[in-house]
Amino acid sequence: MECYLDNSATTKVADEVIDMVVRCMREDYGNPSSKHNKGFEAEKLVNEAKAIIAKSLKCEPKEVLFTSGGTESNNMAIIGTALANSRRGKHILVSSVEHSSVKEPMNYLESLGYKITWLKVDHNGLVDLEDLKANLDDETILVSCMHINNEMGAIEPVKEIGEIVKAYNSAIVYHVDAIQSYGKLKIVPKEFKADLLSVSGHKIHGPKGTGFLYIKDRTKIQPIIYGGGQQKGMRSGTENVPGCAGLGVAVSLIYNKDFSEKQDRLYALKEHFIQAVSELPDVQVNGLTTRESAPHIISVSFADVRAEVLLHALEEKGIYVSSGSACSSNHPGLSTTLQAIGLDPKLLDSTLRFSLNFETTEEELDYTVEALKELLPVLRRFTRK
Amino acid sequence: MKYQAFLIKYGEIGVKGKNRYVFEDALVRQIRRSLSRVEGSFNVTKESGRIYAYALSDYDYDEVVEALTHVFGIIGICPVVVTEDTGFENLAKDVISFLKETHGEKPYTFKVNARRGRKNYPMNSMEINQEMGYQVLTALPYTSVDVHKPDVLLQIEIRNKIYIYSKEIKGLGGMPTGTAGKAMLLLSGGIDSPVAGYMIGKRGVEIEATYFHAPPYTSERAKQKVVDLAKEVAKFTGPIKLNVVNFTEIQLAIYEKCPHDELTIIMRRYMMRIAENLAKKSKCLGLITGESIGQVASQTMHSLNCTNAVCTLPVYRPVIGFDKQDIIDISQNIGTFDTSIEPYEDCCTIFVAKHPVTKPLLHVIENDEHHLDDVIDEMMERALSTVEVIVCE
Repeated sequence: MECYLDNSATTKVADEVIDMVVRCMREDYGNPSSKHNKGFEAEKLVNEAKAIIAKSLKCEPKEVLFTSGGTESNNMAIIGTALANSRRGKHILVSSVEHSSVKEPMNYLESLGYKITWLKVDHNGLVDLEDLKANLDDETILVSCMHINNEMGAIEPVKEIGEIVKAYNSAIVYHVDAIQSYGKLKIVPKEFKADLLSVSGHKIHGPKGTGFLYIKDRTKIQPIIYGGGQQKGMRSGTENVPGCAGLGVAVSLIYNKDFSEKQDRLYALKEHFIQAVSELPDVQVNGLTTRESAPHIISVSFADVRAEVLLHALEEKGIYVSSGSACSSNHPGLSTTLQAIGLDPKLLDSTLRFSLNFETTEEELDYTVEALKELLPVLRRFTRK
Repeated sequence: MKYQAFLIKYGEIGVKGKNRYVFEDALVRQIRRSLSRVEGSFNVTKESGRIYAYALSDYDYDEVVEALTHVFGIIGICPVVVTEDTGFENLAKDVISFLKETHGEKPYTFKVNARRGRKNYPMNSMEINQEMGYQVLTALPYTSVDVHKPDVLLQIEIRNKIYIYSKEIKGLGGMPTGTAGKAMLLLSGGIDSPVAGYMIGKRGVEIEATYFHAPPYTSERAKQKVVDLAKEVAKFTGPIKLNVVNFTEIQLAIYEKCPHDELTIIMRRYMMRIAENLAKKSKCLGLITGESIGQVASQTMHSLNCTNAVCTLPVYRPVIGFDKQDIIDISQNIGTFDTSIEPYEDCCTIFVAKHPVTKPLLHVIENDEHHLDDVIDEMMERALSTVEVIVCE
């Protein structure tokens, strides 16, 4: 049985998406900027995809900018805003549990002379709103926060953050990294008072190398890629037509009339899995587990077992998961997120992430729990003496 | 400069007496194999005690030199210009433009060394040397003659055609692959074992390899790393048959039943046993390891004595007296270093004791191995019957 539970890393591309991508490569291969019909057909496909995405976000199509994925969207949001607003100030606030595609652009800006403040989180990984209030100042130009934490599944209080930020100064640009949440939760940027919102295509059964950045009309931001002036000059480079059209299809498959039903089912599955896993000895489920958390991410620590060994043992049974931290003998990559929430240091190297999708079945999860039941005692017998 | 041929010089095999042709034929085979991977076609021939690779089509010079500098047994590679004999005046013109292009228009000393394979040429060797020297000095006034230690030794060989060369690119030396039998390399993902395989391969030995895989404690990426290393070594030695042994069960049994501080020694003894078993099946005449005295606890003289005791075949340890840095230098030269330092764990690093024995006694180890008696035969058999073979080239 193949049981893919690493959907926060990437997802299987939907068949309908594949069909669209193939169609764009075989038939509608024109350049959207070409004046002839071949180009016009391609342009139409890109615009249709944009309209589908805009509808899912309850925004205008012109507020959707196609990118090469989550990393580019985050880079554009952060660097583009910082450069465009540097005369007003150089202070940026960001949560301390961000993905590296947010952290590293911040570090880059710091090297250019910007001041970065990393906001504290509580033991559930949620941003401390008091810390946010205390750090906002006249120099602040950007606040950035992820919506769902990729390691823990915590849902950050992005709405509350938006309200605090905009009440303080409506000129501060507010960015939400929705890469783990778009497709799993209903997302309307206006409700968060967000000016920018990043999304990746391959996390929602779309093609790799696709994504978009929602840019609220009139947001002060400048491009980070220059060239032929495509997408109104905000992101030069011939549009990835198969990718954009495929992404549009992926969005339409997720945000349809069954969305709430699918979401409820996923929460029920998560609850089921947590209950079964919690019954195993010396196991700890991290973070919040109710509907206050993401429907698809479950972080579990297994005492006295090395995550990487357990991961490979599960792989032998066709179960694919991710270790909370990239580990090797000298432990260079222990998760800073898990450290930030104050997880017992002994468990840092013993934590796995299970991430589901709407197609995941109860049978797959039961099979996984059975596998764990069988493997844990064996692996614990042979831990390092 | 367009060179029509490469003259290949070989060293030690020149002195092998009546076996000489065996070595030369092996070298020709290895050169052909190496050149078959590059663009263009070549005719590799053995003629009057030397080997020539003639280009039959366009080729990429750098690619060809790269290929030839990976062949064991070659000590020097001379790119050769081949011209038709159309009289001495034309020859002098060719030589002068050859010198201009090959050595640039800057001062250097030279010596002409002409040889006649064809004695009906109107001038003898001494006359050619003198006259060509004069022509060069006149045409290239920035040069001068030095017959003792010239910067450039200009070689002119007169046969049916005329061969001009002056540059010699250093080859690897060693003996052609396939002239010395076969040996089994114990290949881990580390720095030392690929170097050991390379060094023994350089003596003409064909290399086969064994890798111990311990899933789920070692990952597919760790295995791929070993495959990549075997491919790097195979660039020199020719295709390497890699035996991947599933070692998990044996390792866990040792871990559970034997004293923890002897774990690595006992594990290595089983690795040697398995490798020797596979070696004998493949008609190998020895084992090769990357051990170096004292580098780690399992490579002290005492430990080596214990691991060596299980083998009947000779165990070749070419880096035994090398410092780590010396081994690293070779691995960088042969291109295995960057792969070796990829951070995937191999099975040696997983269950290591905090304080392994450094002076194990053979009789104690042998005695402690008896704890495995009830399971080990069956496990050895399973390990040997489930070997996965990957040909790395």
